[in-house]
Amino acid sequence: MGLVLLIVIWLITIASTYFFVAKTWWLPVGASASAAGIDHQFAITFILMGIVFVAAQLILGLFAWKYRDRGSSSPARYSHGNNMLEIVWTVLTFILFVGLNLMSSSIWASERFRPAEPGAVQVEVTGMQFAWYFRYAGPDGKFGATKPELEDASAGGEAALGLDTSDPAARDDLVTGTMYVPVNREVEIILRAHDVIHSFFVPAMRFKQDAVPGLAIRMHFTPTTTGDYEIACAELCGLGHYKMHGMLKVVSQEEFDKWLAAREAEKQ
Amino acid sequence: MAGGAGGGETIMSTREFAAHESHAHAAPQGFIRKWVFSLDHKVIGLQYYFLALTAVFVGMFLSLLMRIHLIWPAVALPLFGEIKPETYLSLLTMHGTIMVFFVLTTAPQGGFGNYFLPIQIGAADMAFPVLNMLSFWVTFLAYAVMLSAFFVTGGAPLHGWTGYPPLSALPSAGPGEGAGADLWVISIALFCIGALMSALNFITTTLDMRVKGMSMMRMPLTCWAWFITAILGLLAFGVLFSAGILLLLDRNVGTSFFVPLVTVNGILAAHKGGSPLLWQHLFWFFGHPEVYIAILPAMGLCSQLVSVFSRKPIFGYKAMVYAMLSIGLLGFMVWGHHMFMSGMSPYTAFAFSLMTMAIGVPSAIKTFNWLGTLWGGRIRFSSPMLFAIGFVSMFVSGGISGPFLAQPVLDIPLHDTAFVTGHFHLIMGVASIFGIFAATYYWFPKMFGRMMSESMARWHFCLTFVGTYCIFMPMHYAGMAGQPRRYSQFTELHYLAPLIRLNTFITFAAFITIAAQFIFLFNLFWSMKYGKKASDNPWEATTLEWTTATPPPHDNFGGRTPVVYNGPYEYSVPGAPRDYVMQTDTTTVAAH
Repeated sequence: MGLVLLIVIWLITIASTYFFVAKTWWLPVGASASAAGIDHQFAITFILMGIVFVAAQLILGLFAWKYRDRGSSSPARYSHGNNMLEIVWTVLTFILFVGLNLMSSSIWASERFRPAEPGAVQVEVTGMQFAWYFRYAGPDGKFGATKPELEDASAGGEAALGLDTSDPAARDDLVTGTMYVPVNREVEIILRAHDVIHSFFVPAMRFKQDAVPGLAIRMHFTPTTTGDYEIACAELCGLGHYKMHGMLKVVSQEEFDKWLAAREAEKQ
Repeated sequence: MAGGAGGGETIMSTREFAAHESHAHAAPQGFIRKWVFSLDHKVIGLQYYFLALTAVFVGMFLSLLMRIHLIWPAVALPLFGEIKPETYLSLLTMHGTIMVFFVLTTAPQGGFGNYFLPIQIGAADMAFPVLNMLSFWVTFLAYAVMLSAFFVTGGAPLHGWTGYPPLSALPSAGPGEGAGADLWVISIALFCIGALMSALNFITTTLDMRVKGMSMMRMPLTCWAWFITAILGLLAFGVLFSAGILLLLDRNVGTSFFVPLVTVNGILAAHKGGSPLLWQHLFWFFGHPEVYIAILPAMGLCSQLVSVFSRKPIFGYKAMVYAMLSIGLLGFMVWGHHMFMSGMSPYTAFAFSLMTMAIGVPSAIKTFNWLGTLWGGRIRFSSPMLFAIGFVSMFVSGGISGPFLAQPVLDIPLHDTAFVTGHFHLIMGVASIFGIFAATYYWFPKMFGRMMSESMARWHFCLTFVGTYCIFMPMHYAGMAGQPRRYSQFTELHYLAPLIRLNTFITFAAFITIAAQFIFLFNLFWSMKYGKKASDNPWEATTLEWTTATPPPHDNFGGRTPVVYNGPYEYSVPGAPRDYVMQTDTTTVAAH
């Protein structure tokens, strides 16, 4: 049975590790400024933890086989442990884990501790069962008022957000179902939710943040590659959770300006 | 020496006397007093165990339906018909809730802890037998209420086992969020009451009921694990109970503890000013210690088994005790790592991340000590040992993904993906269940007087071990690729399409693993009647339960009171007549 354990544990370890190392399934290709840092930290953690995983499993399998009861008369080693070893592996593990923590903390700080830059494109993102809406402030740069009592989810668009059209600042607000942003410019997101908690998840942007009713959460990211990127909801929000998705289109600055002007003209 | 820690001679003898007085109850005769409303900790332990056994098969059946729906959404099942997306979420919610509360919390502590803690410390019963009976029946009621949620209008709730408001607080937020959700909250509140009473009982019993010679540092590591688990339960379940009551008030009385101004389907809900994050803090203040409530008993047990079946003393007994104590302590300071993406201040993530990494250290120490115990041993591969080794392997595999999720930056791609599902199933689910299996194979002879079939146990082990890896390891891959948790279909997002094949593989692995559990079930009941007769100490182990008759008499030691002279793990002592020295053997082992 010792040999069976050795083979089974080793095979599981090798097979599991193969699919990680071969990157058969891996993080989606990153398309934002933060992707490099996050992916690097992921890779470092992966290598260190991978070594621990493989070593521990191989040793477990090896010991199970090597120290099997062979019915010989030689007794097991009588030992209650070794304090020196306990101290050594406590200190080593502590250095490994806390070191990883400190490395990742600096990336976290740069992602989340500073506000968006002054020139960032502002988009208000609102989640509701089961759609994402995106609002742009328009030429005046001001978001108009919204009122919960005006919200009509079934009507979609402005009405879904409860936009108060009597507010002058609201007249040029654009509400869309697809998110357009220019490439290589920081995007500031103002994240809201109407009913329950949703989570704005754009895998390619390495972006995820819960949208919480009652809060307006400000976050930012900088897309670096043009293209279409899927948006998912990552927090259980009800029966349509799996189909609450949207599309992020990262385009050049000119295209973005053109798109914005066209939508603005449509509206007037 | 005897009694509690510290205290003079007089106090100790009063305690011994008092303890004896309250446990002088005679063995009950009638069926109801003996098997239903029993005060005997052994019967109560079995009641908890069989409750958990029914619960685990219910929970497993729900996961089977989920796996079928994920791959064949349109298939009409016999009796069930087609599973709708909202039904999928109800299955998911009930699977998680039943498994966490009624299996992982119930079997290791309520089941085996109840049965073996008093015997392992030489007591005749738990400190408060009536309270013990009450704990079980409140838990039973909680289970009945939980199951009833399936049968009310709208069905079972769909808010997940974590029950985040506003989804869980608003009946209009989805099907199942009406009566079903009320029953869910009530059941959890009841469960908390049962768990609190049980925790008090375990703590008092451990501190006050130890026999002469059973000092704290001579207790088997199983007893340490049950003791620490009880302390965690005492501190954690009270918080969940309060949170549950507040949620019930939000749902039914119109308070706004957790619900701000919201509109559901364009209709303004009658709430204002509540905080959805408050629930998350309260829930996870319970929820993270709960992970350790589920796994600490398995850690204690596997330490025990690795020593027994390697015929070696446990490597670093004190280090194991301190590691469990520090896991218990740190376990209360890490709850925020479930909330890195929640909108909580990003600064607090620093502290929670650091504490979470720190809790990895005692976990690693335990792994090293298990390997250290195997090293130089003479391993006997009896069925309990197979599951103990399986536990160590699962603990490593599930533990290794912890340091990924403990880093807030890596939670950006990984939080709420299948990576997390894989992580906690391996470490909290499978590893703990392996502990339950190991305990069943190990103590079955003592509980039922017969041995379980070893050949069936080997098949059960191999299929379960390989099967669970095939289910949960691929979830890590899917999670890295961005597959969100709690999705009933992968058809809406284009980037999920390539993951359908991987998920099909998981579903087939689940079929095989679930089928293998019927080998266990058959072995369990078949062996009760037809198993080989067990001797009093079939594994040649040293702790007190192996000194008494099989099954143990009503007062555990048949009128005798054992006296303890040795530590719990004296195997292969040089110069000893056998390769093990019982805790009660008067030929003492030299202090080390």
